[in-house]
Amino acid sequence: MTSTPPRRRHPGRVRWWTYLLLSATTVVSLFPLYWMFVVATTDTAAATRMPPEVVPGDNFFHLVGLVLDTVPFVQALRNSVFVATAIGAGQAVLCALAGFAFAKLRFPGRNTLFLVVVLTMTVPTQLSVVPQYMIMSELGWVDTLQALVVPGLASAFGIFWMRQHISLTISDELVQAARIDGANTRQVFWRIVFPVVRPAAFVLGLFGFVTAWNDFLWPFIVLKSPERYTAQIAIKALQNSYDIDLGLAMSGSFLATVPLVVLFVLVGRRMVAGVLDGAFKG
Amino acid sequence: MTVTSIPVRPVVPPPVSRRTRRLGERLSPYAYIAPFFVVFAVFGLFPFAFTFYVALFDWNPIGDRVFIGTDNFTRMFADPRFWNAARNTVSIWALSTAPQLLLALLLAHVLDHARLRFALFFRMSVLVPYVTSVAATAIVFAQLFDRDYGLLNWLLGLVGVEPVDFVQSTWGSHVLIATMVTWRWFGYTTLLYLASLQAVPRAVHEAAVIDGASAWQQFLHITVPSLRPVIIFTVVTSTIGGLQIFTEPLLIASGAPLTCGAVRQCQTLTLFLYEQGFGQFEFGYASAVGVALFVVVVLIAAINYLLSTRIKADR
Repeated sequence: MTSTPPRRRHPGRVRWWTYLLLSATTVVSLFPLYWMFVVATTDTAAATRMPPEVVPGDNFFHLVGLVLDTVPFVQALRNSVFVATAIGAGQAVLCALAGFAFAKLRFPGRNTLFLVVVLTMTVPTQLSVVPQYMIMSELGWVDTLQALVVPGLASAFGIFWMRQHISLTISDELVQAARIDGANTRQVFWRIVFPVVRPAAFVLGLFGFVTAWNDFLWPFIVLKSPERYTAQIAIKALQNSYDIDLGLAMSGSFLATVPLVVLFVLVGRRMVAGVLDGAFKG
Repeated sequence: MTVTSIPVRPVVPPPVSRRTRRLGERLSPYAYIAPFFVVFAVFGLFPFAFTFYVALFDWNPIGDRVFIGTDNFTRMFADPRFWNAARNTVSIWALSTAPQLLLALLLAHVLDHARLRFALFFRMSVLVPYVTSVAATAIVFAQLFDRDYGLLNWLLGLVGVEPVDFVQSTWGSHVLIATMVTWRWFGYTTLLYLASLQAVPRAVHEAAVIDGASAWQQFLHITVPSLRPVIIFTVVTSTIGGLQIFTEPLLIASGAPLTCGAVRQCQTLTLFLYEQGFGQFEFGYASAVGVALFVVVVLIAAINYLLSTRIKADR
């Protein structure tokens, strides 16, 4: 998975309790998702029975029908896909560009500007949601998806990460050689740097996608009409109609989680490798 | 007037295309970083600075705005709801950070075993909670911890414990939220620690074995010291993350979401900010709460800076 050569950290065999511990951890990690499915497939009577039902029922499609009657959930999923893809892809490209500039180009103010990037990583944006909302109001962006996408494109951490990655993988000599061959900056980036760092940019985009998909506070503030809801806000709307069916919010949660679980099965190993990559250590 | 012949050095202008190209090349670095800084200036820096300004007003989004100086802050320091939210935030943070970091330390240690089978599977499975949304997590855990129909209370009932009303009690709601936070982040933290462990050169461990160090001594004298920077990093990130806890308390108390229950038993600072700003439409007061959050972040960053420079000095 990583380029780390095999090491013998703990000489000797793996003890049985190691597997017991890790298996228990796996159960704890996966059980809530299983439980989501169980409740999302049982009717209210079964969900309120004691002892609780622990196997999935056959009420899934009935509940999905109820979900679709309550909020435009398909539209919400579509909105989530759009917002998360735009943010993920946008972050990958913009952070690669800026990371490249900070790693390989010389220009006045470079160090100061990079310090600004690093400093902004620690300040949570949540604390200024009120003025952010005022700006969106001025721009007429309240209740639009670009209110989520455009601010989401700026990722200070992403720039930091891509800069680190480009410094480590692309030598200055390589850039020099390309310039001597007559390549301008744009060609250096697209022909030499980007092909090499594309896997790292992809992992960054994945994290951007997941974060945007799961984001709650900002969409909750800025989205007003049900057709604009992202999947997470649709879950909240379903919870408000608890009286219809106990399993309703759970079905919505299940529907909103399945796409990410599928994505994770496909590319999760690259996310794991991304976290294990040195730059995430801080 | 006649102009005598002044010897003029013939100026050969460089081809225009080349000159603009060179200017373009000199400016192009800024074009590469401009998208970030434009977005950051408009949606990050400006709102951040504006928060300090709005905090000085009695600012209603549809009515008037009146300059009131530091009245919002005076009011905040005297507001029991603010201090209640601050207490809840600290309590939830402590209940979630300590178990999360200890569990991550243990798991990273065993996951680092070179001969571990299914290592990728275990590493992936601990990251599943991280990709699950906070909203879905809150819905599921609220159900699992439900007083009447929750699996946990059913299990507790089997051993004779009376049903616990997690959401309605202060401690119960904090435990519930802390459990969700821990569940979500322990795997991510584990992988951060694992990354740090893998950076320790093999020779260090071999030397320790030759010197007769036991596994426990290796853990204590090699693993923990080498993890110290990343442990501080995760404490800082979990603290800043703890200040932002919002979705869990909003969703678990569906009866009174903005206060997280009738007696504000689990209202966090960010939820309090939201309640004031978008529930009561007191933009000025909500911004004052935002400023208070910022002061806390600065304090944490300063402590982090002092600690990490001390560690570097120790080496």
